[in-house]
Amino acid sequence: MSGAPAGVPDTRANGYNSMSFTATLEPAAAAPARPSDATMSPPPPIRRARTGIADRLFAWAARGAALLTLGLLVAIMASLVVGAWPAIRAFGPGFVTSAVWDPVRQEFGGLVMIYGTVVTSLIALLIAVPVSFGIALFLTELSPAWLKRPLGTAIELLAAIPSIVYGMWGLLVFAPILSAWVQRPLQGWFGQVPVLGALFSGPPVGIGILSAGIILAIMIIPFIASVMRDVFEVTPALLKESAYGLGATTWEVVWRVVLPYTKTGVIGGIMLGLGRALGETMAVTFVIGNMNQLGSLSLFEAANSITSALANEFAEAGPGLHQASLIYLGLVLFFITFVVLACSKLLLARLAKGEGTKS
Amino acid sequence: MSTSVKSGARQAMFSRRKRTNAIALTLSLAAMGFGLFWLAWILWETLRLGLSGIAPATFTQSTPPPNDAGGLANAIFGSLTMVGVATLVGTPIGILAGIYLVEYNARGWLASATRFVSDILLSAPSIVIGLFIFEVMVVRMGSFSGWAGAMALALIVIPVVIRTTENMLKLVPPGLREAAYALGAPKWKVILAITLRAARAGVITGVLLAVARIAGETAPLLFTALSNQFWSADLASPMASLPVVIFQFAMSPYENWQHLAWAGVFLITLAVLGLNILARVMTRNK
Repeated sequence: MSGAPAGVPDTRANGYNSMSFTATLEPAAAAPARPSDATMSPPPPIRRARTGIADRLFAWAARGAALLTLGLLVAIMASLVVGAWPAIRAFGPGFVTSAVWDPVRQEFGGLVMIYGTVVTSLIALLIAVPVSFGIALFLTELSPAWLKRPLGTAIELLAAIPSIVYGMWGLLVFAPILSAWVQRPLQGWFGQVPVLGALFSGPPVGIGILSAGIILAIMIIPFIASVMRDVFEVTPALLKESAYGLGATTWEVVWRVVLPYTKTGVIGGIMLGLGRALGETMAVTFVIGNMNQLGSLSLFEAANSITSALANEFAEAGPGLHQASLIYLGLVLFFITFVVLACSKLLLARLAKGEGTKS
Repeated sequence: MSTSVKSGARQAMFSRRKRTNAIALTLSLAAMGFGLFWLAWILWETLRLGLSGIAPATFTQSTPPPNDAGGLANAIFGSLTMVGVATLVGTPIGILAGIYLVEYNARGWLASATRFVSDILLSAPSIVIGLFIFEVMVVRMGSFSGWAGAMALALIVIPVVIRTTENMLKLVPPGLREAAYALGAPKWKVILAITLRAARAGVITGVLLAVARIAGETAPLLFTALSNQFWSADLASPMASLPVVIFQFAMSPYENWQHLAWAGVFLITLAVLGLNILARVMTRNK
């Protein structure tokens, strides 16, 4: 009480006891804003209260939306675990190493699908990484300025084409051509060679692991290429110009200066592509052949992937162990892609953080 | 070592470096050509095979039984409806969360965590979203439904919109906000009337990209909306959609189904690429 500022009307001292510290402070704080006497109309209290509520409501809505997004991930994980629970209890972690998938005997293991998913994604990376690097190199160092934008857009449009279109094109247009022009000649040349022959054995019908891998590669090229292009562009011009000034060729600048500088970002981009390839559904379902086999390591053989098993079997699987096992597969897929994408994100964030400090 | 030998070795090394460079740059050019080649091929086949399947009946009749005349009207309607509902549900949530990431406590734990999760969801397998909605909606409600399909698509819209909204709001100069605050505007008004308005074109672009993304999504619809052979405007029952019908028809041995599938592929590609190009043009003019 004794600490009340001077010039505050003394009326307030009567009504308040010393305990309500905030209550006594409030008028004191408001006082300076008010002109010397009470002749002016008193607009503030009501309006300020209302905007306060609107402000708080809006902040809650924004925070609620953020929390909802955050909760979504937790909810997805939780629902998958709950849905897969019967299968988790029945098969445990051995599920991922067992290759039996028999709905009649109610015995399930995911190895065939996990193998299909991993191998097709690796084939896709094998093709897509060098091509994406070439495209990024072209777009950052070679292309004339007026072509950069249209060409970059064209590559990005590859990512916009829906996967169902890739799938149908792959099955009805690409597979016959792959069979006639690639698979048959390869079998003719290498069919008798010991190791290569095994890779190229099987019916050359254009459907199987190889075609799924190639189509996945086309689908992830735009993702990897655009990340690579973006990180190449953050390389400080000073570094590149110094190298050029020492007489380095374009290739040497990219290989020895730009690539080491952007290493983490490039790996992040590759991981992003891998994450995409692992989770891709429709295109793979069309061309992989959907056959549960692991007998041969041939690239031409039809196989199955996690996503194609889900797409083909889930709607028809009755509730019970079959469905739970499919959800278990989905859980495994979500876990793998989560780890891959999280790594990608962390690597890219590290490059972005180092951007300002290096150079 | 004589100088002539030395300069000869240097000459050899120089030409080797030049050769390596030429080879690498040629390969880079080839990689660019490789990428463009697939784009051109896919678009060409879509155009060639798709246009021949388009007829007036495509837009007026529902999906036929095998070897019978028909169209895609129910699938087109179902796609439009579910994409529309999904956009209406997902966009406000995405924009609000994007606003939170920029305007409220941008460096706090909630914002960082949301940014991280949203980026993961952006690339997460869409079929898993379908599984999730199956678990929480289809199992609970006891049947496949258009609502479930729309919700699955809405969950895909959210991260796309968050990402673009955040990026666009970040571009708004802080001076604009400060000027509005100085005039006494409350925070919500500053955000809605000043910042969001300044970033309008970019945010709309994000919504367009999200629509383009979900228009072609098949996987999350397979076991949420399922499909429906007949015309249905009831969101509470299974609903046909273009991608699912394409999937079903393309895998079939019937010729007329395959023709319709190509027509559907053509329509979807046209819509998706059109939306993408529109979105790009909008941000360029900005």
